[in-house]
Amino acid sequence: MINSAAREEILQRIRNAKVPAAPQTVRGYNQTGPGGVELFAERVADYRAIVHVVSDVPEALALLKGKRIVAPQGLPAEWLIDGVTWLHEPLTIGELDQADGVLTGCAVAIADTGTIVLDGGEGQGRRALTLLPDYHLCVVRQDQIAASVPEALRRLEPTRPLTFISGPSATSDIELNRVEGVHGPRTLEVLIVT
Amino acid sequence: MARNPVTWLGSPTFPKAAREALQDTQLRQNLRKATGTIRGRREAAVAEMTDWEMLRVAGEQIKDDVLARLDTLLVQLEETVTARGGVVHWARDAEEANRIVLDLCRAEQADEVVKVKSMATAEIGLNEALEAGGVRAIETDLAELIVQLGDDRPSHILVPAIHRNRSEIREIFQRRMGIEVSDEPADLAEAARVYLREKFLTTKVAISGANFAVADTGSIVVLESEGNGRMCLTLPDTLITVMGIEKLVPTWQDLEVFLQLLPRSSTAERMNPYTSVWTGVTPGDGPQRFHLVLIDNGRTATLMDSVGRQALRCIRCSACLNVCPVYERTGGKSYGSVYPGPIGAILTPQLVGDMHDPQAASLPYASSLCGACFEVCPVRIDIPSVLTHLRAEVVEAKGRTPESVAMAAAAWIFREASRYEKAQKAGSLARFLARDGKITSLPWPGSRWTSSRDVPAPPAESFRSWWRKNRCQE
Ligand code: SF4
Repeated sequence: MINSAAREEILQRIRNAKVPAAPQTVRGYNQTGPGGVELFAERVADYRAIVHVVSDVPEALALLKGKRIVAPQGLPAEWLIDGVTWLHEPLTIGELDQADGVLTGCAVAIADTGTIVLDGGEGQGRRALTLLPDYHLCVVRQDQIAASVPEALRRLEPTRPLTFISGPSATSDIELNRVEGVHGPRTLEVLIVT
Repeated sequence: MARNPVTWLGSPTFPKAAREALQDTQLRQNLRKATGTIRGRREAAVAEMTDWEMLRVAGEQIKDDVLARLDTLLVQLEETVTARGGVVHWARDAEEANRIVLDLCRAEQADEVVKVKSMATAEIGLNEALEAGGVRAIETDLAELIVQLGDDRPSHILVPAIHRNRSEIREIFQRRMGIEVSDEPADLAEAARVYLREKFLTTKVAISGANFAVADTGSIVVLESEGNGRMCLTLPDTLITVMGIEKLVPTWQDLEVFLQLLPRSSTAERMNPYTSVWTGVTPGDGPQRFHLVLIDNGRTATLMDSVGRQALRCIRCSACLNVCPVYERTGGKSYGSVYPGPIGAILTPQLVGDMHDPQAASLPYASSLCGACFEVCPVRIDIPSVLTHLRAEVVEAKGRTPESVAMAAAAWIFREASRYEKAQKAGSLARFLARDGKITSLPWPGSRWTSSRDVPAPPAESFRSWWRKNRCQE
């Protein structure tokens, strides 16, 4: 215990306030939604991300040819096509910063909000991998798309390091208009596999 | 006890500050443009949701539950964070919190830290305290950077530099970064990217706030747009998160409500670009030392007030600022605090906790009681009721003084649309508002107001409908 006097005093003051119990939370909001590939694709595109619906991932990955791309551990072997310089861990911050881009899968996606969620699992890597390269190509399988935010949260393991990504890095700080491209990857490209 | 830095030392009372702000046409223009844009977009983002009202009710109930069980939930959070390798610190006030953070920076031998925008650290004046202790805090959020480089004060919860337009931002960047840049927002964003990149890649300690902390899992949640948050939360060796004790949600499931309410209410997006969630320390990924500093700084005192405590439900979305007719005219800095606008008018005086402080006591009058703030608030804080309640406390604490008379007169003018418009058209509003807490002149309509007259309860509806009509035409 670091400062037990402060801790005890704060807790005691809270108890002294005698706040009455709150009513049971009514969860009358929607648990699910229409969902689907089409809605997800449309909503991702709304953030000015590039979206493709494909059936053959290795074929679609031809767009990476000639580039130096970070490949996190656990990517399917057939995705590591020829003609791309694949960068494997361990990678330094400087190496990540110099890469042309990163290719990942994802843990879950959300159709309603056009969001991709990474959890550091297979084919996603630690968080820095999808942060420092200026370009992120993310492969989303149809069965990974949850319809709604509540549905997506139920599928996630909260204690893993999670990153929810909705479009490329952006700011609304200049006259409250969204401008793409600040510190995170300035280009987000999504392959939806059906 | 030291004064609470939630208000800026030496700030004039609201009527006096507002009087000056109203004379700044550039400021009013910038604000009207920015808030007008975001209001329309927020409405569209909310209209898309068929279950918005149900989400608001759930948000209110979850937060009320947090306040009712705050002691148990905080202890639970401490356990879950500790179990995952984090260290939890408790701070009664700003001074104590600042000392904890400074000591942690010193233990890491850091003389520079990167910061992701956080209201809690602004509230406690952390940057100044670190500076005094020889540690330089670099703000990495674009708007915070604009404020920091411009030696300025923040004027909005979400967009602290909302009072600056693109050409003013360009001027600040050129002067302080020593670069040539256009006033295109994309170019300005690029300039910030280049300016901060090196800092992100080399700084060993980061400081953040938290939007939510999940008691049952120990997970901390930060919502952001630019990726500067991800940089701070991912790259340094040590992460220090400073959080108000009310920022909890009981369970992971509860986040499903707030991850829907917050982005649409704040930036009017279906979802903000990046949300990071981390739980203690994850070996091999991100900072390997994690400290969570829980701050009271007036919150437990606020909790004692059965009417006022609902202000602690606030999730800092800033929707109430963007719809507030008073905020739009006076700007955020008139409130003399990091919490401006309607939420500031009820939260700041409660955190200060002293109705004899003339500046804090003037804040509950910074409102027309039009009710727009309550309508947009995602956690249904009844701001007008709390304002009325706090005004009664001010009068009780101080009696009727020249200050309270002036403030009540200002409030009376802001309250009714027709009076307000006429006063403003006649250019008399700024002149009317008291200088040095004294009414120097009482042009129409203030002339009809006397100190013996109690401010009448207005027909709020008339103002609201007028406001809507006029907003649409802007
Ligand atoms: S009071 Fe409500 S509307 Fe205002 S910032 Fe807080 S949550 Fe948002």
